[in-house]
Amino acid sequence: MNDTPMHYCPGCSHGVVHKLIAEVIEEMGMTDRTIGISPVGCAVFAYNYLDIDWVEAAHGRAPACASALKRLWPDRLVFTYQGDGDLACIGTGETIHALNRGEHITIIFINNAIYGMTGGQMAPTTLMGMKTSTCPYGRQSDLHGFPLKITELAAQLEGTAYVTRQTVHTVAAIRKAKKAIRKAFENSIHGQGSSLVEVVSTCSAGWKMTPRQANKWLEENMVPYYPLGDLKDTTQS
Amino acid sequence: MDKNKNDVILLKGNEAVAHAAVRCGCDGFFGYPITPQSEIIETLSELRPWETTGMVVLQAESELASINMVYAGGASGKRVMTTSSSPGVALMQEGITYMAGAEIPGLIVNVSRGGPGLGTIQPSQSDYIQATRGGGNGDYNNIVLAPWNVQEMADFVDLGFELAFKYRNPVIMLSDGVIGQMMESVRLGDYKPRKTEEEIRRLYPWAACGRTIDRRPNIFTSLDLDSGSMERRNLALQAKFQAMCDNEVRFETTDIDDCDSLIVAFGSAARIANKAMQVLRAEGVRVGLFRPITLWPFPEKEIRELSTRVKRIYCVEINAGQMIDDIRLATDNPCPIYHYGRLGGMVPTPDEIVRFIKEKECV
Repeated sequence: MNDTPMHYCPGCSHGVVHKLIAEVIEEMGMTDRTIGISPVGCAVFAYNYLDIDWVEAAHGRAPACASALKRLWPDRLVFTYQGDGDLACIGTGETIHALNRGEHITIIFINNAIYGMTGGQMAPTTLMGMKTSTCPYGRQSDLHGFPLKITELAAQLEGTAYVTRQTVHTVAAIRKAKKAIRKAFENSIHGQGSSLVEVVSTCSAGWKMTPRQANKWLEENMVPYYPLGDLKDTTQS
Repeated sequence: MDKNKNDVILLKGNEAVAHAAVRCGCDGFFGYPITPQSEIIETLSELRPWETTGMVVLQAESELASINMVYAGGASGKRVMTTSSSPGVALMQEGITYMAGAEIPGLIVNVSRGGPGLGTIQPSQSDYIQATRGGGNGDYNNIVLAPWNVQEMADFVDLGFELAFKYRNPVIMLSDGVIGQMMESVRLGDYKPRKTEEEIRRLYPWAACGRTIDRRPNIFTSLDLDSGSMERRNLALQAKFQAMCDNEVRFETTDIDDCDSLIVAFGSAARIANKAMQVLRAEGVRVGLFRPITLWPFPEKEIRELSTRVKRIYCVEINAGQMIDDIRLATDNPCPIYHYGRLGGMVPTPDEIVRFIKEKECV
């Protein structure tokens, strides 16, 4: 991690996940062989915080960038870090196809069910009835369609080796999430196929809650719709 | 794969691009099929360079993905390219402006076809303005190379990469369906080895390929929220574009020493105009041919000089009149400039051009 003040809001999950990624890269001794792909969204400045080489992708294109980098540099650890809008909306095509090709990359997917950077608009993963600035009366299926469970979709793809859903809102959850990231990165290095680590996250500012309220809301609303745990793990013997 | 040096073989322009890519040390090709250029990825798939030079060939899910693969691959110091045709290149504009903004080298080949929209699969030069004005958002330019035969389609692959890395900027090869599909004998260059990791780290210390302990992270982004800093970044880019204008203008002339009138044409239109010129000369009409090879930077100084000593300029293009704007901008004298072009995939014949010019020359 760089000694740079983070721009994230209090209570946001991004900072925790950044730290976990940094710890795993360091513990694996991969600092000099890691290339990160940052997204468009709140994590657009991820490259300011992790002391590795970065390529910032256009909105949604990170999995395409990662696919090329991994094929051109097969011994590198290549991962993308993407939010729900980037991964599950504008970049759905790139996400599905990179995963389905079985690219030996890891996608870290921060799902906070809202567009944080642009000021709290509806995301593809916004829950039914949830209020955002573009569904101020709550998400309705006839107007806005349904929340996209892209991680479940990813688990169906032949190319994925490891698909998991985690949170970082408790100490125990953080420990589990770190293990998941480590496993995903190991898969990428060992050519096991694609890995997707979804982190069901909080956006206290976007949700208009205190950090504590956001954690509680995540448990009571997000987790029931986005259940935690491994959805697929082909690396287990 | 045939490894003979300096082979002269009969190839389509599209096939020549594929062979040239393998031979010039290209590290990766990322593309999506579209007529009239699908032979490029088909030929590469047939050649299987990943088994010989180690070159990556990947059929991407879209042109958007292809260009972003080129974006990331170029950022890591690799020689990577994509090819497409007009509607596909329109989709790629996002990635191309990101490459220009983040100063990432890469080669994009447009085997162009008629538009607008889905248009036609027949040849056209109607992407001239898109290619020479940047094409995406923001103030930027691409170096644009316009081949007029199969040999140049092959040669401009390596040249395109050289220029892309010299300036860390996207380079467009603007070909068209005529040159992409026609067969000619072509002399393929010697095999150049792909660069090793050691060479990439030494030659391109900016490459994002893994931060070694001796340097700061290499970060590729075109984002800067501070306007002052973003303006400085833009000014640095503009200085780079000026350096391209100063150093990279390429053109070819035929029979201009004694000419009364000048034809300006590029790519396949120049091939046809060249034939028209021969016919006209045989009939005593003294015309010369000026062929811009770089469409951007445009050879404006040379055109301006010529415009002071010819009576008329004929701009022959397979479009509604796009390069003619650059000729008008370059010339600051009353020399009349006429456009002749065909649209929608129709290709002009030499006879049409001869008739047009004779009418204007009052022959």
